[in-house]
Amino acid sequence: MLRYTLKRLGYMVVTLWLIITITFFIMHLLPGTPLKNEEKIPPQVREQILEQYGLKDPLPVQYVKFMGNLLQGDLGKSMTLDGRNVADFIVEGFPVSAFVGSQAVIFGTLIGLLLGTIAGLNRGKLVDNAAIIVAVLGVSVPSFVMGGFLSYFVGVKLQWLPTGLWESYESSILPSLALSFGVIAQISRYVRTEMVEVLDQDYMKTAKAKGLNRSTVIIRHALRNALIPAVTVLGPLAVNIITGSLVIEQIFALPGLGKFFVQSIQQNDYTMIMGVTVFYSALIIIVIFLVDLLYGLIDPRIRISGAKE
Amino acid sequence: MEKAKNLSPDLFKPAQIEKKEQDALSRKSVGYWQDVWGRFRSNLGAVLGLSLIVLTLLLAIFGPLANNYDWQTQMLDVANKESFSDHYFGTDHLGRDMWQRVWYGAKISLTIAFLAAFLDVVIGVTFGGISGYFGGRVDMVMQRILEVMYSIPNLIVIILMLLIFDPGIVPVAIAMAITGWVPMARVVRAQVMKLKSQEYVLAARTLGASHARILLKHLIPNVMGPIIIAVTFAIPSAIFFEAFLAFIGLGIRPPEASLGVLINDASTYLQIFPYQLIYPSVVLSIIILSFNLLGDGLRDALDPRMRK
Repeated sequence: MLRYTLKRLGYMVVTLWLIITITFFIMHLLPGTPLKNEEKIPPQVREQILEQYGLKDPLPVQYVKFMGNLLQGDLGKSMTLDGRNVADFIVEGFPVSAFVGSQAVIFGTLIGLLLGTIAGLNRGKLVDNAAIIVAVLGVSVPSFVMGGFLSYFVGVKLQWLPTGLWESYESSILPSLALSFGVIAQISRYVRTEMVEVLDQDYMKTAKAKGLNRSTVIIRHALRNALIPAVTVLGPLAVNIITGSLVIEQIFALPGLGKFFVQSIQQNDYTMIMGVTVFYSALIIIVIFLVDLLYGLIDPRIRISGAKE
Repeated sequence: MEKAKNLSPDLFKPAQIEKKEQDALSRKSVGYWQDVWGRFRSNLGAVLGLSLIVLTLLLAIFGPLANNYDWQTQMLDVANKESFSDHYFGTDHLGRDMWQRVWYGAKISLTIAFLAAFLDVVIGVTFGGISGYFGGRVDMVMQRILEVMYSIPNLIVIILMLLIFDPGIVPVAIAMAITGWVPMARVVRAQVMKLKSQEYVLAARTLGASHARILLKHLIPNVMGPIIIAVTFAIPSAIFFEAFLAFIGLGIRPPEASLGVLINDASTYLQIFPYQLIYPSVVLSIIILSFNLLGDGLRDALDPRMRK
């Protein structure tokens, strides 16, 4: 297990370094300078601004400086938003995104589990077919389409929940719901497939033959084993949620990190793009790393084959 | 037992069957692709998916012929009107015909998706094929590259690529293909590794076939099934990403139109003119849905072992 962890950790660091480096050079190879209204700025002021952002140093020097600052958690200053620290935006926006995202994951996982289990137990029946349709629809309809419809029908037409403004807990319900459809679909699909497989196993017959009651058999024996492979979906799922949040936060006007990121892309705020990109990459890679470890912990077969390598 | 003793051997005589007749097949032989088609046809979801794809393709190509407008002419006097006379889907905030725009957008989105999927196949099959066929050290190095590529979030790569390129059909497709080929390469590598020890490969090599010939003429055709499946799943994900990128302002940009651009435009006016969001969203969702259905059906049909 230790060797497996270290190996994965090694990959994680290499990948992260690669992304940061590629991001850095791409941002600096972009034509022009990242200054607003460039023509209107007098040359002296321009020089001064470039100096201030350290853009006059040779590229390798800038790279070393950037990496040094990064290791200390300093992501530089935003170029458009009054020179505020990029890290401040992350500290401000990420909690909102994380709250909406985790709410979606938790809600989606619970519903997906329930749906998948019921479908798997009633294979081939009406409930099963309904669950399959929900799963295919959930995978196919992008979260921003879902968000648009929810915002219009529940928010504007029925006036049940607020659609804009980040004021109270209620503001987070619709965006989380929009994000959770994909989660429900993926989880229920996986759990159903695994459930069908597990139910055919010999140990299920043994459990029934021992005279255990139905709920114990289903929860302790079937569901537990069906859940192991479902853990692998969590990684891609987290990535989907992050991708989805970029758009969902636009639709519902949430002050989350996704909104800042999209804004910075639209305004060519290079330091901001770079900082948030690095943050997102680290987040995604760490989540996938943790999911892999979790999987290794839950399923001993992975641990053993990992150690053999 | 008693009765059996009474039977004399001369009651029996050997049946007269021609050797030729014995060998004759009692029913028509079914080839691999015929077999696949048979399984595919009996799958309701798959047939539905294929029909929907054909329908949207036809509408994207011939739909614009149904009325006499075009996708970019502005008619401000009829702006923001819901479906009327031959404006089947109504008009948008600049008075452009939505029917024209939706099908034009669908055409652009589909073009990008097909182009991206094509690039995935070219890069993925080449990389996976070489890695799996040669094995050993070559495979080792190529696998490490693949693992790093796999762990780089594609969202990040696509966004970075589009910051450099000018957004357009080809750049968006290339940006998506940069990370998109990785799953394809994995599938092809695994299959080629499995197949390369088969007798027909040995036979081809004994007859003096070159590595390239073995790979292209003997191995790749036998991996066609998994490649087709991977393509059908690559297309909907490319369509999703195109719409997503247009939405955050990195993909196709107005005045050009794709389904993503239309959805983005419409979401500004969502509260007042929801119909403008509904048409492109429904078309987008149907395209993604039908490719997913087709992919599921093809997987079941091409590889019955994976059926659950």
